[in-house]
Parts: sequence; structure tokens; C-alpha cells
Amino acid sequence: MTKQSSSFSIVRLRAQFIKEVFSVLRDPRSRMVIFAPPLLQLLIFAFAATLEVSNVELAVYNQDSGRWSQELVMRLDHADFVSNIHYVGKSSDLQRLINEGKVIAGIQVPIDFSRQITAGASGQLQVLIDGRRSNSGQITFGYLSAIVADISAEVQAEQSQITPVVVRHWFNPNLNYRWFIVPGLSGILAFFSALMITSLSIARERELGTFDQLLVSPTSTAEIIISKSLPALAIGTLLGLLMIAAAVFLFQIPFSGSFWLLLISIVLFILSVVGIGLMISAISSTQQQAILGAFAIGVPAVLMSGFATPVENMPMILQALAQAIPLTHFLVIVQGSFLKALTPSDILANVWPLLVIAVVSLTLATLFVRRRLE
Amino acid sequence: MLANNTAVVIEGVNKHFANTKALRNLSATIQYGQLTGIAGPDGAGKTTLMRILTGLLEPNAGHATVAGFDVVNNNEAIHVVTGYMPQRFGLYEDLTVMENMRLYARLRGMNVAEHTELFAELLEFTRLGPFTERLAGKLSGGMKQKLGLACALMARPKVLLLDEPAVGVDPVSRQDLWRMVQALTDEGMAVVWSTAYLDEAERCDTVLLLNEGQLVFQGPPEELTNRLVGRSFRLENVGAERRAVLAEVLNLPSVSDGVIQGAAVRAVLRKDAQVNELQQLANRVQATIQEVPPRFEDAFIDLLGGGPGGTSALAERLPKVELASNIAVSCKHLTKRFGDFTATNNVSFEVQKGEIFGLLGPNGAGKSTTFKMLCGLMKPTAGEAHVVGLDLRKATGAAKGQLGYMAQKFSLYGLLSVKQNLEFSAGVYGLSGAKQRQRIAEMIKGFALEPWLNSSPDSLPLGFKQRLALACAVMHQPPVLFLDEPTSGVDPITRREFWTHINGLARKGVTIMVTTHFMDEAEYCDRVALLHRSELIALDTPDALKRSAITEQCPDPTMEDAFIYLVEAADLADDLKKQGGV
Repeated sequence: MTKQSSSFSIVRLRAQFIKEVFSVLRDPRSRMVIFAPPLLQLLIFAFAATLEVSNVELAVYNQDSGRWSQELVMRLDHADFVSNIHYVGKSSDLQRLINEGKVIAGIQVPIDFSRQITAGASGQLQVLIDGRRSNSGQITFGYLSAIVADISAEVQAEQSQITPVVVRHWFNPNLNYRWFIVPGLSGILAFFSALMITSLSIARERELGTFDQLLVSPTSTAEIIISKSLPALAIGTLLGLLMIAAAVFLFQIPFSGSFWLLLISIVLFILSVVGIGLMISAISSTQQQAILGAFAIGVPAVLMSGFATPVENMPMILQALAQAIPLTHFLVIVQGSFLKALTPSDILANVWPLLVIAVVSLTLATLFVRRRLE
Repeated sequence: MLANNTAVVIEGVNKHFANTKALRNLSATIQYGQLTGIAGPDGAGKTTLMRILTGLLEPNAGHATVAGFDVVNNNEAIHVVTGYMPQRFGLYEDLTVMENMRLYARLRGMNVAEHTELFAELLEFTRLGPFTERLAGKLSGGMKQKLGLACALMARPKVLLLDEPAVGVDPVSRQDLWRMVQALTDEGMAVVWSTAYLDEAERCDTVLLLNEGQLVFQGPPEELTNRLVGRSFRLENVGAERRAVLAEVLNLPSVSDGVIQGAAVRAVLRKDAQVNELQQLANRVQATIQEVPPRFEDAFIDLLGGGPGGTSALAERLPKVELASNIAVSCKHLTKRFGDFTATNNVSFEVQKGEIFGLLGPNGAGKSTTFKMLCGLMKPTAGEAHVVGLDLRKATGAAKGQLGYMAQKFSLYGLLSVKQNLEFSAGVYGLSGAKQRQRIAEMIKGFALEPWLNSSPDSLPLGFKQRLALACAVMHQPPVLFLDEPTSGVDPITRREFWTHINGLARKGVTIMVTTHFMDEAEYCDRVALLHRSELIALDTPDALKRSAITEQCPDPTMEDAFIYLVEAADLADDLKKQGGV
């Protein structure tokens, strides 16, 4: 009898590890898929995925010919976010332009606007917003309010001296949207890459028939899972670091936290994603099923992670579910590390859930592979 | 018009994909009212030719006409006059038999309501009448093929093209397909049947034999077979020593090819060679020698220059297997249920050390479920399986180290080089350091893999791919080797070489468990277990199984005859039991 009977062997593990690394890195296509798209997406999304409103068109129906309405129109015309202003002669035209989607907002300046202001009263404007684009509409409205507030401040300055309120935004003084979005994107893209690599790995071997070959060998299920986790962990971590580097050096986003704590968080984050990916792979019979599974898990995970909408705004039951998503915790860590120098204890509070998710998902993946033998 | 009975004309057709030449300057004709076989191993160009004839592919050079229409210029007309059944027929698995037939009728632009008679006729012809409401996905392999045939026949084509219709179809259903095709050619239809099985080609009226994209023979199969008259012999009753005798026979300079047939050894002499050497050998081993009718497969091998020698360089290097017990594999009351479906029911047998043991059965008979339980890929619902005395359920790791496994599709890692594949296999079986290097060197020598070490397994010729897969399976010198349909789609020469190695391993005491669809491969086995409807219906030597199937109509049954006879007898007994029970 040979000594192959032990349930854990470094020799067997090493052989599988080498096989996994080659399987991922030898294939020029998979090499491309792993590194090129996430980095490209980071660049594209960083410019495209912005909540700032720019290049909007407005419609103005100016019934007043006084000084203040002229002032208002001038300021609108020179505002950075406005690309074009349609001047119309009747209020039904305002509605038509909004209906046709040509403008996002229509402004009607009443005939007595300037007179009211000069008389010391607050001037009334009617603003019509396209509710179909509620988010951009709201932001446009905010910009318009700011312009009007500016004008009234000027009026009051001419008449009296009142100090206006000064707002200061902490951590991101200029409210640079990219500062907020790029660290989050790096988390999301690393999440998807790691999920893809691992969810395909067992399914690919099943399709090739090599998985049966592995299962008839003395290697244990735990060894199979470990050997599949490690290369994906290395690649995912590397990718995460590359994107953090791009954020710091390319986008010049101030990094105020601890690099080493972030590195530990990335490793645990990727490990938990690897576990989820292997779970998907263990129950899929084909690569097609695995890809569908990865998307079925991945897309809702991103939506619920707090990237687009704050977790606190969700119903309680979904908030609880969001805690099981590795991305939820990692986003807190990565955004915190960039902008507000998250304290070690805050990081720890988000790191232990990652560890729990990793342990649970990797255990389940092992069990799923074993159960397929039944 | 009477004189022109030609259905298909192929002239100088060439087709290449990237840098592989699928067809090279092929010219041939196919007649109406005949069954024409397109035969050859995988990769010979059969499917490419079929797809050119149906207008699905354009040739790079040359042209072809089907029923008078050019396949490129008259593409639309081709679809009207031909019926085509691809390898995996495009049945919609979520539709019933009837819905599939209606769909295909509508796709052909037919009014379904007007053709109730045609439907009834097709259902009668394919004997699918009782199953019209069954989902196509729930049909057996044979029934799927019959439904595919019914759909292909829908528009009464003049030329019917069947691409490997008998793959995955058991001998019983295959017989049904032959009957149907025979009836169609009698009506004057031109039927083209492509196949990798040369015993199927032998049953065609005329054969186009392809090898590596070239036409190596065209004509009635007898014409080719007759070249071997007076050159085929059988050494009868060689008995237990037959593997050693085969090795000796194959090593004779005057012999070009040989196989085992039950207790006998069959040999084909080289052209113009004398029988003396073979006669002397027969005298020495006290076997009677008898001239036998030649077979088409032998003729094909002869055409390609003869089979490989009889010595396995691999087996020579391996030590003899020593086991504590003489029983290498055993199972008791092995049962597997999936829900309320029983895939394997109460199967028990014992396999001796050094035995070649075959598992045969129609599709869905539970053959592969049983096989998977024996090698630990599936856990039995009840009963137990032992490999070299170790329970696969309790001591899985230890038991698995004692078996080698080679799957149907050569499970190799295409992204690793040949050397890395060998290293990987050695590694997962716990071989390391000097021992690993020594075993790998043995495999490289035994299988002559040296020139290929740095290439990818995907780029290897089929024969070498198979050698590599076998090398990976035997590297850890397992006393028991499991082979799951190891030679499907492989050309006959590669198959001969494979069996030379297997015979060599068996002589060293390695126990071989094998499943196969090739009936002549079952002849290599010491004993064959026949599974049908999840149960073991026969277990004996190939010769004894053949003897049990002797009837008045069939005094000298082949293995395939025996298979059909036993399966039908079991069905009959089942029916009687049910009637008696009611």
C-alpha cells in the first residue's frame, strides 16, 4: 500500500496549482479577458458614469423685459452646464419642447418679475422640469436655484448687507464626482473579474471531461477547491491593486488611508468572491450555466452594494441581505481609505464579515463538489 | 432518362479550414436506389462532404451537383430535393414528437392539415406511433434518431443524407434504422449514410472510403474485401494464451493485421505472403488454423499499409501486478436510484486479477451509471463496490490511488504542454521528485512521445493523443484500469495499437474494466457483462454469449447478433412476466 491515502498532500496540491496557473495564463484569450477589459472599463466608466449634469438644453419664456430678467437670462446663457437655450414666445411652446424631450426644463419669467424684485419682494419664477428624467431634472433644478439665489443675493447686497451661508463639503471639498466613483469602480471591476475566473473554472473542466479525471484520482475535494482558489486570489488581488494604482496615479485621487490595511482587505474581499464564484461553478454543468449564474449573482450584488444607492435607504430585509455581499463591505473600506483615512477599527468592522463570507462560501463550494458525486 | 441514374456528382472538390485540408481533390458519384456509405475515421472529411452536398458549405475548388442542381448556384433547390439529418439532429427537446414533426412540415412550407396521411405513414414507418405525445428530450437515443429521420423524410426528398445516424444508437435500434433505409432505397431514393464504423459500411451497396480528406476507395464493399480472399485466417481455440499468441502473430513479418475474437485469434497476411509462418505458429501452440471470409475493416487497414506490431513497449516496462487477493474488482447488489428512476438495479459480479472485463448494453441500460459507481465517480444508493478489496465509499482516497481512468474524450489539458500534462497526472497521484521523473521518462519512451513534449495535446495526431491519455492513466501503475468507451471515433489502426497496449497490460496482471459500443471490441474481453433496463441480463465469455444466441436462422452469430438476441429475449421474458402477473 502506498502512502497516497492521506487526505492532504503537498505534492498533489502543487501539481494542481501549476495546472491552474497555466490554464489561466497560457490562454491568450483568457489573459486578455482578465486584465484588459477591467482596466479599460475603469477608464471608460470613470468618465461616463458621472452624476453631474452637463450639456443640457433649456427653454425660456421671458415675459418681462426688466433688468433682473435680463440678468437671469445672461447668467443662464453663461452657465457651464447649459449648452443651448431655446427662447420661446408662448407658454405652450415650453410644454411642447419638454414633451419632445428637447429640453430638460422650461423657465417662465412673469411680466412683473423685475418690478417685484426692485420693490424688495422675492421674484417668482415658474420652472417646469421633465419628470421622466427625474434625477437629472432635480440636479438641474438645484443649479437653477443656485443661480436665482445668486441674483437675489446681489439684489440684497445692493440694498442691505446680509452674509450668506457658506457650505463646506468635507473629505471632497470640490465635490469632485470622480473621487467618489473611481475607488468604488475598482472594487466592482475586481469583483466581476474574480467572479468570472472562478465561476468558469470547474465548469470548464466539467465540459472538457478533465474534472472526472480529477475526481477519480486520490486528490481530495478540499485540495481541488484550494488549488482553484489560490491562482484566482492572486490574479484578483493583483487586478485590484492595479486599479487602486490607477486611481492614485492616473486620476490623482488623494489616498489618505493605510495601504497595508487596504491590501489585507483586498485579499479577504477577493477570497470571499472566489468562494462565491466556486460555489456557482460547482453547481453548473456547463460554462454557459456558470456565466449566467455569475451574472444572476453579480448584477444584483452590485446594485445592492451601496455603490449606486445608499444601503441605509433600502428596506430592512434587503439591508440584511446586503451584509452578505462582499462588495458592500469592501466599498466602505476602499472609499473610506481614499477620502477619509478610515481608522483601523472601522476597517476591522468591515473586514470580519468578509472573512465570514469567505469561510462559508468556500466550505459550501467544497460540499457542492462532493455532493455532485452522489 | 433511364440511363442516367446518377443522383450526386462530385468533381474535384477541395475544402480547407484555416490550415487543415478537410477534402483534397475529391471526385465521386452517388446513384439513386442505392445505399451509399461514406466511411472513414473521425477527421477523414465525412461531415465536410455531407455539408457541401447539402449546400451548407461552399467548396474552395471543384463543384458538386445533387439531383441535377449545383450546390452553390442552385442552393435553394438543394434544400428542396435533399433531406439532411445532422449528427445531432436539431430536434426541439421541449416539443413532443408530434409537435416536432408539425414544425418540420411547416418549415418545409407544407400545410399540416392536408398531410395527415403522410404523418400516419411516417409514424408507422418509424414505429413512433405510440409516442407522439412524448417530449423529444425524453426519447432514447435510437428513438431520437428515428424521429430525426421522420422529419428529414417530411418533404419526400430525392436524396437523403444521414450523418453518422448510428452514433449512440444501440444494436437493436440500429437494426431498425437499417430496415427503414432499405425500404427507402427500394423506392428509388438515394440514401447516403456516413459512418466511422467499418462494419456498418460493409452493409452498404457502395462505399466512398475516406482517409485524411482523400478518397481511397469507391465501389461495392465486396470489391475491396475480395482483395483479401485467401489472406484471412483464424487460429481456433487458442484459449487462455490468446493474448500472447496475438502478440506473436502480429510480430510475424508475413502478417499485416490481427485481432482477438473470443477464444480465437484472427490474422490477415500481407499481400503475396505465404501462410507457412502462421501455420508453424499454430502448430506450436496446438491451435487449428482455418481460412475465414475477409472483412471490410481488415481491407481498410490493408489499404493503409497494415496494422501495428504486437509488442507494447509500454507494458514491457511495467512490473507485474501483485495483489493480496485474486479478486480485483467486485460489486454486490449495486443499486442506483435517481428519484423514482432506477438506473442500476441489484448488479453483482466479481472480476479476477488480470482479466479484461467488458460492460455492454443499449443506451440508457445503466452501463455508464454502473461504471461510474465502480470507479468512484458516483455513490451507490445501495450495495457496495470494491476495488482491490477497498470500499470506494469508506477509503476513497486509498482506493482511488489503486485505479487508473481513461475517459471517452481523452481528458487532457489543452493549455498545458504534453510534458506538463504528464507532470500533472504524476503529481495528482502523489508521485514526486526522482520517482516522478523516472515514471515520466518511462512513459515518454514507452509511447514515443519525445518529439511532442512541448506541443499542446490539442495539436497532436489522434493516435498520439490517445497514447498520452493512456500514459496519464497508467503512470502511477494502477492494478486496475477503467476505460470508458476508449476508442469511439478512433480510426481502426489507432484502435489496434491501443488494444496492443491493453493486451500487454493485461498480461502483466493489470485488470481492465471497459465499456464499448464496438461489438468487435467486446471480443477482446475475457468476460462480458450485458446490462439491459438497469439489470444484468448476461455475464459470460464472448464465445459463450455467441453460442447462446445460436438459432436456426442464425447458425454462426456475431457478437452483435448475440447482443440483439439476448436483449430481445430479456424483453420477451419481461413481457411474459408482466402478463403472468396481471
